[in-house]
Amino acid sequence: MSVLDKRGARPRHPMAHKTPGEPAGPGTAEETKAAPERARPGRRGLPLALNAVSVALGIALWWGLAAAGFKLPTPPEVVSRAGTLIGDGTLGQDALASLTRVLIGFALGTAVAVPVGFLMGWYGLLRGLIEPWVQFFRTIPPLAIIPLAVVVMGIDETPKIFVIFLAAFLACVISTFQGVVSVDRTLINAARVLGAKDATIFARVVVPASTPFILVGMRVGLGSAWATLVAAELIAAQQGLGYRMQNAQLYYDLPTIFVGLISIGILGLLMDRVLLLAERKLTGWQERR
Amino acid sequence: MTSKPAKISLQSVTKTFALGRDTFTALDDVSLDIADREFVTVVGPSGCGKSTLMNILAGLETPTAGRALVDGAPVSGPGPERGVIFQQYALFPWLTVRQNVEFGLRTTGVPKGERRSRAEHFIQLVGLERFADALPKTLSGGMRQRCAIARAYAVNPSILLMDEPFGALDALTRVKLQEQLLETWSQDKRTVLFITHDVDEAVFLANRVIVMAARPGRVYDVIEVDPAIERNEEFRLSPEFAALRNRVWHSVYHQEGRTAAPSVSSSSTT
Repeated sequence: MSVLDKRGARPRHPMAHKTPGEPAGPGTAEETKAAPERARPGRRGLPLALNAVSVALGIALWWGLAAAGFKLPTPPEVVSRAGTLIGDGTLGQDALASLTRVLIGFALGTAVAVPVGFLMGWYGLLRGLIEPWVQFFRTIPPLAIIPLAVVVMGIDETPKIFVIFLAAFLACVISTFQGVVSVDRTLINAARVLGAKDATIFARVVVPASTPFILVGMRVGLGSAWATLVAAELIAAQQGLGYRMQNAQLYYDLPTIFVGLISIGILGLLMDRVLLLAERKLTGWQERR
Repeated sequence: MTSKPAKISLQSVTKTFALGRDTFTALDDVSLDIADREFVTVVGPSGCGKSTLMNILAGLETPTAGRALVDGAPVSGPGPERGVIFQQYALFPWLTVRQNVEFGLRTTGVPKGERRSRAEHFIQLVGLERFADALPKTLSGGMRQRCAIARAYAVNPSILLMDEPFGALDALTRVKLQEQLLETWSQDKRTVLFITHDVDEAVFLANRVIVMAARPGRVYDVIEVDPAIERNEEFRLSPEFAALRNRVWHSVYHQEGRTAAPSVSSSSTT
């Protein structure tokens, strides 16, 4: 959890306290550029250390509970099971199968959600036509679509990817729509008085201005995609982390379930980091409070 | 008054907005001519329609009645010959200073090389050359507004419409920017319509101060300021300035005392 909180603890922008006025000479300019870099290592070290301590404490607690007689595997059991599963290639195959489903579903979901969100935000007519459906499907958990998807699409990859797609799409479309609607009117007016026509305003004002919203939507969508995965793999899967866990459940094989859970957690976290990195790159222009 | 066609001409412009079931008259029969390369300031209490006036000229709003002419042609939509500077700067936060200044040049299809050199020129004109590749978030309010001025100038408009451009700045920065704006303007003269709620600013910058009255928004008084006077600190502290300032001040703050607008038409609506 603290890993995610790190963003909130980022130092305030060093210019924030500068009096609004004149460029105060070359020194100030240098400071502006250099200060955030300089501030980073010191401030970053502490949260990272706290993260490590927190993880260690969590594992210790887990171990303690397992030793105290709760029905839990101990960390060494899980690690050795992970070793076996990696050794015989099962974990790799499962992870690959799950990752493929998540990535395809998520990529499709985002690829459809972004244009649909833009259209909804930009054209009142399309908003009126699309919004009821989006709101309707949003209230249905994607998992509840599974029976329908199986009947209609069969039991191969299609229904699995479809429900993941739906989960990612619904999360991302709302956010993109919100982003387009909340673009500052003054920026649009500024572009218009600089001679920009609708297409230019869309491409050069609306799209960049809503990028932060889209990226947040993508992160939420990614979370939903992973959340839907295990249930999607209920559908006659032959491989996948969710399938492996359900299979293990039949044999009361707790270590394997733990390996599956931890793998999903790590993969999800890694993908979220990648998106976070993209977010920093693409939306670094934002003024953060 | 028919010697030379006015650069900007408002002819009986009325603008009403629907406010629930009522209508709100933002501008009531406003007529105004502005000559080429004139620097006109508009000052008045809030609700006097000064921003509406600017939006109509910018082409962002259309008059309910009457005509707004620029170079003799009715305004229809925004155009690159009319540059607008907003109170909130309205810089594109994801673009650097240079890219912001180049924005209008790109939309009007200026080739890359010329874009570059023209942007360079205007960035220098407002003194931001050291910050050309900085993002707006790293600039102070005054620097942001100078960037916005460079951006408006870059597309080479013959008219600059400024809507309380220095309204969000502190008093010191404001004075400095007023002087810089006049310096920029005197090097490269354009017709300027400058909206403000600050009497000092209105007097200091203008060739002519238009005082507006509210409810309904109308032209209340017009005060000429000799364009030959050099606008510097000396002028700002001079008795002439104080006298003009007094005059404008009374016109703005003691409108109720007088019954009718002295110089310009204002139909009586209750």
